[in-house]
Amino acid sequence: MESRRIIGLAAIGTLAGAFSGLFGVGGGTVIVPMLIALYHYGDRLATGTSLAAIIVIALLAAAMQGGIYGNVDVETGLILVGPAILGVIGGTAIQQRIPEKSVSLLFAALLIGVAIEMVVG
Amino acid sequence: MDIAIACLICFIGGMVAGLIGVGGGIVFVPAMTAVLSKGQVEAESTSLLMIALVSVVGTWRQYGYGNVNLKDAAVIGLLSPVGVLIGVVVANAVPERALRIGFAMLALYMAWRLLRRVFKDGPSDPADPGTEALADPAPDSPAGTGASA
Repeated sequence: MESRRIIGLAAIGTLAGAFSGLFGVGGGTVIVPMLIALYHYGDRLATGTSLAAIIVIALLAAAMQGGIYGNVDVETGLILVGPAILGVIGGTAIQQRIPEKSVSLLFAALLIGVAIEMVVG
Repeated sequence: MDIAIACLICFIGGMVAGLIGVGGGIVFVPAMTAVLSKGQVEAESTSLLMIALVSVVGTWRQYGYGNVNLKDAAVIGLLSPVGVLIGVVVANAVPERALRIGFAMLALYMAWRLLRRVFKDGPSDPADPGTEALADPAPDSPAGTGASA
């Protein structure tokens, strides 16, 4: 992997991590559009790669919040994650069956919603 | 009853995660604060645990579909802690209002870039939803690196 590419991906990772540190959410909102815009990823490849990167980000952040600050309610999390996992299996399956640009449209709608929430929330 | 409603909302959050590649926290957190009356910090922290597990399953499914570039994901994921630290420092140094407006502008810029790509290239062929309609081949394009990466 060429160094310029590594630096660019590192910048995306840093920005996604910073977003997590700033607002307490995962970095997918940053990773997906940047992979599409800067590295010409197709929508599905961007979303799949984003999920893989988020594993690391969320595990580290959850370990810090749970291990250091004791803020993680493991029991509630494990109850709610069951249906969430069924949802992600369904969501990825549906994603393979809809036109790829629909993913971009959904994501753009999410970004606009997040922008509004950031300003008025 | 509340837990059933929260489960339903989290199912929808998982669908969102699978459809657009985010962790789902944007849905999980309100499910816990609004329905289960959890505090914001506890909800966000518990959501992170859920995001990690949901992302593992989502990645496994997407890998099967050939939609994961593991090398790029590893670089992004492993270097993100640097950003987390920067974010925490910045969050304590810059007024929250300025941060929110700054991110809102970034989000709108990204939305504009995505929409421009969609409408510049024209609608994709619904009969062939598997095509990489948005892929704009370039020297550093990851096309084809999918599950084999």
